[in-house]
Amino acid sequence: MSEPVIRLSGVSKHFPGVLANDKVDFELAAGEIHALLGENGAGKTTLMNVVYGLYAQDEGKIYINGREVEIDDPNDALAQGIGMVHQHFMLVPVMTVTENLMLGHETTRGPRLGLLADLDEKKVAEEVKQLGEVHGLAINPDALVQDLSVGAQQRVEIVKALYRGADVLILDEPTAVLTPQEAEELFRVMRSLIAEGKSIIFITHKLKEVLEIADRITVLRDGKVAGITTPSETNESELAAMMVGREVILQVEKGPPHPGEPVLRVEDLQVKDLREQMVVRGVSFEVRAGEILGIAGVQGNGQAQLVEAITGLAPVEDGNVFVDGKDITNLKPRAVTESGIAHVPEDRHKHGLVLGYPIDENLMLQTYYLPPFSKRTFIQPKAVRENAETLVKEYDVRTPSISTLAGSLSGGNQQKVIVARELSRDIRLLIANQPTRGLDVGSIEYIHSRIVAKRDEGVGVLLVSSELDEIMGLADRIAVIYAGEILAMMPASEATKERLGLLMAGVQEEPAEN
Amino acid sequence: MDTVFFVGILGLALVKATPIAFGAMSGLMCERSGVINIAIEGMMLMGAMMAFLGSVAFDNLTGGGLPPTASLIFGLISAMLGAGLIALLHAVLSIHYKVDQIISGTVINLLAIGITNFVANAYIDPNGIAGVGVFPVISIPILSKIPFIGPIFFDHAPLVYLMLIMVALLQYALFKTPWGLRTRAVGEHPRAADTVGINVNRRRYINVTLGGLLAGLGGAFLVLESVGRFQKLMTNGRGFIALAALIFGKWTSVGALGSALLFGLSEALGVRLQLGDINELQALVLLIGLGLLLLALAFAALKLIRRGADKRSNRKIGVIAFAGLAMIAAALFVNWPPIDIPVQFLGLLPYVATVLVLAGFVGRAIPPAAIGRPYEKA
Repeated sequence: MSEPVIRLSGVSKHFPGVLANDKVDFELAAGEIHALLGENGAGKTTLMNVVYGLYAQDEGKIYINGREVEIDDPNDALAQGIGMVHQHFMLVPVMTVTENLMLGHETTRGPRLGLLADLDEKKVAEEVKQLGEVHGLAINPDALVQDLSVGAQQRVEIVKALYRGADVLILDEPTAVLTPQEAEELFRVMRSLIAEGKSIIFITHKLKEVLEIADRITVLRDGKVAGITTPSETNESELAAMMVGREVILQVEKGPPHPGEPVLRVEDLQVKDLREQMVVRGVSFEVRAGEILGIAGVQGNGQAQLVEAITGLAPVEDGNVFVDGKDITNLKPRAVTESGIAHVPEDRHKHGLVLGYPIDENLMLQTYYLPPFSKRTFIQPKAVRENAETLVKEYDVRTPSISTLAGSLSGGNQQKVIVARELSRDIRLLIANQPTRGLDVGSIEYIHSRIVAKRDEGVGVLLVSSELDEIMGLADRIAVIYAGEILAMMPASEATKERLGLLMAGVQEEPAEN
Repeated sequence: MDTVFFVGILGLALVKATPIAFGAMSGLMCERSGVINIAIEGMMLMGAMMAFLGSVAFDNLTGGGLPPTASLIFGLISAMLGAGLIALLHAVLSIHYKVDQIISGTVINLLAIGITNFVANAYIDPNGIAGVGVFPVISIPILSKIPFIGPIFFDHAPLVYLMLIMVALLQYALFKTPWGLRTRAVGEHPRAADTVGINVNRRRYINVTLGGLLAGLGGAFLVLESVGRFQKLMTNGRGFIALAALIFGKWTSVGALGSALLFGLSEALGVRLQLGDINELQALVLLIGLGLLLLALAFAALKLIRRGADKRSNRKIGVIAFAGLAMIAAALFVNWPPIDIPVQFLGLLPYVATVLVLAGFVGRAIPPAAIGRPYEKA
């Protein structure tokens, strides 16, 4: 067998207070797709940033094609033929595709004036077109990156790496922002690249994708290698167990719903975003007590504004919102909360918690002004403490103490604090926006079971998520939102991944006979 | 009002616009790479003083053996070095020590005022030091003889020409060279630049310091081409006007020159108003008319360059141009009644009119996305 393209031997990386990679060994063989699987915070991205020269390892060695190399910055990595597509794209939005591609690696014409020579955009655009045609990566070289869809931006990133002569591509969570169809397209491109003799490291936390596309799988847990396997030797639950370190129930366990009266009714809702663009265009639906309505959609199709409008965080342009038949349109967030709505916001750092407050204060944020937390204008420290101690125990928040700052908890525990605060009130409706984004499998399992338990108590649940697995696993009815409109509404039993995926991409269904 | 007068005002506007344009280009260098520069004023002031001291010192050292132009050129170099040095201080504070860039800029401004006032009080004024003089006007052969255009553009002292050349060079460099591409990337998305191997902080250091050199030229202009000697606080807010010109010009050097010309025009009209050559209303109408015409020209040029990517309609450009021409004609040929308002208020009016024209028609300017944020390597 020939030398591995990349071999890492005993790589460790410390950050203050955290050991992100602990003596990791890793091998990428020529021509393979090697999945690097692990939960958020397992150290996958850190490890690859070491390979790409963005971080320097504290210990360990990197071998490329059998030779030990020092990679101090991305230039070194590029010189070794390593290209990386980051999870958050590294493209300048206000520049054209061509400009982005040649940045740092410019092609010039005319007199050799170094940094002041004349850029040769035409030549680069030609080369880009050719590269794109070979791998079916259609991109318009003259388009501004900010005008491109997320999928197209990702294609630009891949072409950018290839344009720089990468033989090894590191793809960091590439499917997180794609619809299922776009992900399939990406897999096709990946196979085509392998056929060309490239090698790919595919970072992900999605088990199904790993089994579909990878040749080999390395699982990371807490910065250590938890196992190396191949798709034919393993299955989803085994991989999940390797990732988490214990058995995990992947399927949400839930009985049939018992829907009651509608608790939330949204009528022809229209909402503008901060740039005064109408992003929710006449949305109507109902959520009944004791059911979960899932709203599926690719991020940025109006979900955020829809939720903000219902919860009183953004103004409603037109239309109405009723809770238990009472009009709550454009009420202040406090009044909305008091009408019996709980909200688990999309961005837990910005809107869910005050990171600089301790856990006990975060746990009373919504109702701090009401008894038992406040009496005669004064906060009651004893009530605050007791509330926090009960909830931390009940919701299994792993923390040294209730006076630990929320900002120093892990993502999963932060989310548990929010869920504990919201669900411990007497509520009629729960609005959960991306409740498990970026969480580990264990926390996801826990939060899902809590949501289902609340449903069974007769609370109506509005679940917004761009993870199809989450929607299909939890929801009783599913609505698909695209460009601010609900394209279809169906019982969960009639939903398939393909059908939802097409709708999420904006493909209208043939109108049913009625 | 006759043509000579009209041409005179436009030529004077270009002269008055020169330090503002240099200042704006200084800001452009910094801000395109992501460093806010509110210290243009301080850098210009420092440049002005160093221009004076440098030229005088050189003149004394050589004992007048060389032509005064040599001393003036040495003053120019001193100005660039002086301003470059405090620009470097701004870079160290805001890039290396990650001090808030507004605060760093304020510190630089105060420091420059302190140093220059001290030197003026302690050395220049008591000793009654006189300047070496100013650069002579260089009339460009043939070109300066073109009627109308010639006296406006080709009959100036050398720094005015240098400014025009720098504006064109900078515009080209920013959008058509690797340097410009990297500078813009560092100002918009430094992490993206880092991941393709560009050293973000080095780029910023270089740009801020080079920007200081340009501000130095702006300050030097005031001493070496305008007044001939150093006066306390002689920049008189031009650094801040330059910042406004930069923003109205949407962070391009050509745009900044356009705005600087309007500000220069206000200043030129202000001078003429004080001389009593023209009437207040007439000046206002003329200013707004010229402003509109300039804008129409800028829009038309943009449309030609971008071909199709520009959404402004030909009709809109035509209407603006026509309105501008009509107002200029009205200013020239209508007999405007005098108005009775306090003279201090009159001095303000041209600036207000400039801001209104620019704010009303240029639209929102979007600054470089990463401006003001020190770059942290993850």
